[in-house]
Amino acid sequence: MADLAYLFHGFAVAVTPFNLGLMLLGIVLGVIIGVLPGLGAANGIAILLPLTFTMPPTSAIIMLSCIYWGALFGGAIASILFNIPGEPWSVATTFDGYPLAQQGRAGEALTASFTSSFVGAFVAIVMITFLAPVIARFALEFGPPEYFAVYLLTFCSFVGMGKGSPAKILVSMMIGFALSAIGIDIVTGGLRLTFGFESLMKGFDFLIAVIGLFGIGEILLSMEEGLAFSGATARINPKIVLETWKKLPRYWMTFIRSTIIGCWMGITPGGATPASFMSYGAAKKFSKDGDKFGTGVLEGVVAPETAAHAAGTSALLPMITLGIPGSPTAAVLLGGLLIWGLQPGPLLFAEKPDFVWGLIASMYLGNVVGLIVVLSLVPVFAAILRIPFSIIAPVIVVICAIGAYTVNNSMHDIWFMLGFGVIGYLFKKLDYPLAPLVLALVLGNNAEDSFRQSMLMSQGSLSILWSNWLVGSISTLAMIMLFWPLIARVKKALRPAKAEKFPEEQPVD
Amino acid sequence: MEQNIGAGDPDGRAVASNRTVEAVVAALLFLFGAVFAYTSYKLGFRWAIEGPQSGFFPFYVSLIICAASAMILFHALRDRGPRGAAAFVERGQLRQVLHVLLPAGVFVLGIQLIGIYVASVLYIVVFMRWLGKYSWLKSSLLAVAIIVAFFFMFEVWFQVPLYKGLWDLTSWTGY
Repeated sequence: MADLAYLFHGFAVAVTPFNLGLMLLGIVLGVIIGVLPGLGAANGIAILLPLTFTMPPTSAIIMLSCIYWGALFGGAIASILFNIPGEPWSVATTFDGYPLAQQGRAGEALTASFTSSFVGAFVAIVMITFLAPVIARFALEFGPPEYFAVYLLTFCSFVGMGKGSPAKILVSMMIGFALSAIGIDIVTGGLRLTFGFESLMKGFDFLIAVIGLFGIGEILLSMEEGLAFSGATARINPKIVLETWKKLPRYWMTFIRSTIIGCWMGITPGGATPASFMSYGAAKKFSKDGDKFGTGVLEGVVAPETAAHAAGTSALLPMITLGIPGSPTAAVLLGGLLIWGLQPGPLLFAEKPDFVWGLIASMYLGNVVGLIVVLSLVPVFAAILRIPFSIIAPVIVVICAIGAYTVNNSMHDIWFMLGFGVIGYLFKKLDYPLAPLVLALVLGNNAEDSFRQSMLMSQGSLSILWSNWLVGSISTLAMIMLFWPLIARVKKALRPAKAEKFPEEQPVD
Repeated sequence: MEQNIGAGDPDGRAVASNRTVEAVVAALLFLFGAVFAYTSYKLGFRWAIEGPQSGFFPFYVSLIICAASAMILFHALRDRGPRGAAAFVERGQLRQVLHVLLPAGVFVLGIQLIGIYVASVLYIVVFMRWLGKYSWLKSSLLAVAIIVAFFFMFEVWFQVPLYKGLWDLTSWTGY
């Protein structure tokens, strides 16, 4: 119960006029970022990160995490009104959300989606509140082998739970590791793999990669579609909201199921996107209106939105307790913590309780504020989507360039950003997942460090990964995940396969 | 993606098939892995008295890149399915993409020479005029307004100086 006292302390930290103002600003910016194609939560936060360097860390993380909540809310607006998902995790929302909007029930669909987002996030935050301190205390005992085993599990999970080709997941991940190895070798202090280029001495900053891959890459993809938006108009008034809220409790089972799927996919690096598809699929299977899915049923909006928010929120759990982000956006937030001189991980709870509990308290507040903001300002945000793409696109490119420059005040980074943009475009079109690349780039140095330390402890024997029950079970689980595609293939050979339901389902987040 | 090969519309013609691009990208990735593996090998990938050498970790990472990209290449070359033959990008689409990519390249070069602010104004004006068919006046007014807002936000309020380029054209502002 001591944790609850900490939580109340956290509320005291979070509720200052300055922080509440930042929260509101963060949510509004986040929704705009979520609505615009080409700007997503990950690159949006990466771009705004340098602007927060002068703020106190707690205020900065409150604003940045609120941008994240805002982006999660915002993705749904573009999906429902315009049938273009603003974010990858809202693709599943278009299946039933857009038909509802076409029937003139956009208000209902939006209310249902925002409310279920809120419910999913809320449950995930409650889970974080109670689980985070436990995991952090547990992880205090971790040594290098345990850490390496957890890294191994994180990366093997991509292979085991990813939807695409395992070879592509591996390549993408290993490129991240290879790029992270460029520059100074943290163990010996020597330079490596710079190929004689001075600009490579500092290595690749993953924020640049995020801005290029997700920002520029997305713009190139959107351009291919030759964008011409046409959308339904949204009218939301308190009457529609209340009427929708009256209908929602009957989907309690969908809420519970989707939240569980979301929390699970968020903690393991499955991410919000696969979570939303899985949850939609499960809802369709178990609902009695299952065959009406896709024609505009409220339940089809509730399921993916609940899961996406639950996943997006719980991705922060491994980030603050272990220093291992569950999604690219969580990785960017982690990068922010490192820049502010805070080492995420179990010690953070002991050393900076103000920061951790301020952040957790702000998650509660941020989601309440977010719900109110999106419900009241939908028409404004929808208007943003009516700005022609030929104005939005160059402005987004300019914003990306500014963001890339401000990370390290380096002109080279803008060139790298452009290069990552082309890679992002190619990889997305060829179904190489981007999330493993980004996470490997972030965690590469730490993973290598813990690996080398473990190897020193054991004189180079891999048996240290099975030296006690804890590290042994994590490593074993990692191996099962790594070889899951093979195991699944054997299982498939024994049993007839079911048809692939969602071809769009790719682990892009 | 629909198959548009042979369609009458010249914009709908495929520039390259999925299979070709897949194979080329996999080959490039293999090359990337090979260069990295060789460099790490030179760096020392074995065990020294003080533990694994600098190149140990990147060496095995690049071996995995080579192995996995070889697998992708192999699959791409053997692929005879409709998805492999479908268009990776159609001519009209590629033109759209290059319409953004090439100016973006020129824009970055512009940043290097004349700084972020001036280059951004020119970039937005050209983009709006060329792809959006707006009048010069409308494009210029909007571009200048947006960039002036950015200037105040970064230089004045947040005090984050942005890149002014080799030839600083904004020095008269005093920032």
